Amino acid sequence: MSKQIIVPFGPQHPVLPEPIHLDLVLEDERVVEAIPSIGYVHRGLEKLVEKRDYKDYVFISERICGICSFIHGATYCQGVEQIMGIEIPRRAEFLRAIWSEYSRMHSHLLWLGCFADSMGYENLFMNCWKVREKILDVLERTTGGRVIQGVNRVGGVSRDMDAAELKRIEGEIPGLRDDFTELTRIFDEDLTVQTRTKGIGILPKDKAWDLGAVGPVIRGSGHAVDVRSTGYGAYDELDFKPVVRNEADCHARCLVRAEELFTSLDLIENAIDRIPAGDILAPVKGNPSGEYYARAEQPRGEVIHYVKANGKKNLLRHRVRTPTLANVPALVHMLAGCELADVPVIVLTIDPCIGCMER
Amino acid sequence: MKQPQQTIKTIAVEELIHQIHSFHDDGYRLVQISCASEGDAFEVTYSFDKDLTLIHLRIPASTEKPIPSISRIYLAAFVYENEIADLFGIPFSGIAIDYKGTFIRTSIPHPFGSPQISVVKKKPEGQHE
Repeated sequence: MSKQIIVPFGPQHPVLPEPIHLDLVLEDERVVEAIPSIGYVHRGLEKLVEKRDYKDYVFISERICGICSFIHGATYCQGVEQIMGIEIPRRAEFLRAIWSEYSRMHSHLLWLGCFADSMGYENLFMNCWKVREKILDVLERTTGGRVIQGVNRVGGVSRDMDAAELKRIEGEIPGLRDDFTELTRIFDEDLTVQTRTKGIGILPKDKAWDLGAVGPVIRGSGHAVDVRSTGYGAYDELDFKPVVRNEADCHARCLVRAEELFTSLDLIENAIDRIPAGDILAPVKGNPSGEYYARAEQPRGEVIHYVKANGKKNLLRHRVRTPTLANVPALVHMLAGCELADVPVIVLTIDPCIGCMER
Repeated sequence: MKQPQQTIKTIAVEELIHQIHSFHDDGYRLVQISCASEGDAFEVTYSFDKDLTLIHLRIPASTEKPIPSISRIYLAAFVYENEIADLFGIPFSGIAIDYKGTFIRTSIPHPFGSPQISVVKKKPEGQHE
């Protein structure tokens, strides 16, 4: 047996936009074990719920993450609305679904770009981010915010889209579909991408389930686990089918995200066709009392927002189980046995969002 | 469209491992473990998913008595158990990967273990009636 050495990976590393630390135990160039440690960006946002009005807290919940911010706000609102027994207007649920899908496309394109960059594929990185700008433009035009949208409210949403805007969005979809087709073709067929991702970072189907993986990580290992299938919000009326691949490697997880771009476009088209007229915000009176585990599908996977209240304006507890935290055990499993040079690519395939994970 | 109602089954700590084994054998996925204060004590809730339905198990907890770790059954539990130990000060016995209080770095130990924050409004110094 070779002598074992420990190589520290992170918290500062070129492929990591946010800090996570891994102690990589190596024998020659092979990783024997990876021990993660986090806590560099813990902000204590959950504790803030005790001193902020539950309606104000929507804006804090959106700031848990700088990428999937919209869905954090919407899921927190879902939890509070559930314990208060508020039936929000149907139009607001459709609007939330449309913005959620735009957030998903924005996140996936950001990730695809970063993933290309991690393989040294600068041109592909720039192309992904160029297309992402078009998504951000829509978010900015319809909500006023590119990254933090701030339109979620307990009881619905604060902004509507008129018929002209919905028509404009619908008109932009074919162009986006063409862009996505070209990007997906490169991620699927390019030799550089295939060499760096195929057969690497294997997460077998049974292990993915046992380790509680979520999102594209578990769907890349053959499980159709996607919270949108439960039909929360407007998804019960949209034609949704999860993207699943069975190869269980880095390439599969990459293609799940690429193919989900098309699913998001289909869902937005569905939503525009079926969005009902009406109010966008239900009146909210009193304070919440009770508890609920609200869940939704973020770009990185299933997110859980637990809210507990006792009839006062400050909640007793807000706990967020983010998808990145759920994917850490799967990451530890994937890294054991891989080559040191593959570590950055494997780490990126869980799409780690550390600020989100530590809250 | 309202979300589905959820049931939370409260059990004794002694029953925990047996129940978790049953969930594992029945093919449930561990979704999360969360902790919340309940009066002067705490409650720890384990959530599982199968066929898109959430099921919750809850046990009472305190900072004095260790909870048996379920990470030998569901390895994924180690992240949640370390998180609860660091934020609430609730000990777990036999965690598969035990960080011994260094998983989440906080400026004060066990910040969520303290009573709820009380908000007291003070006038800024130097401000007169």
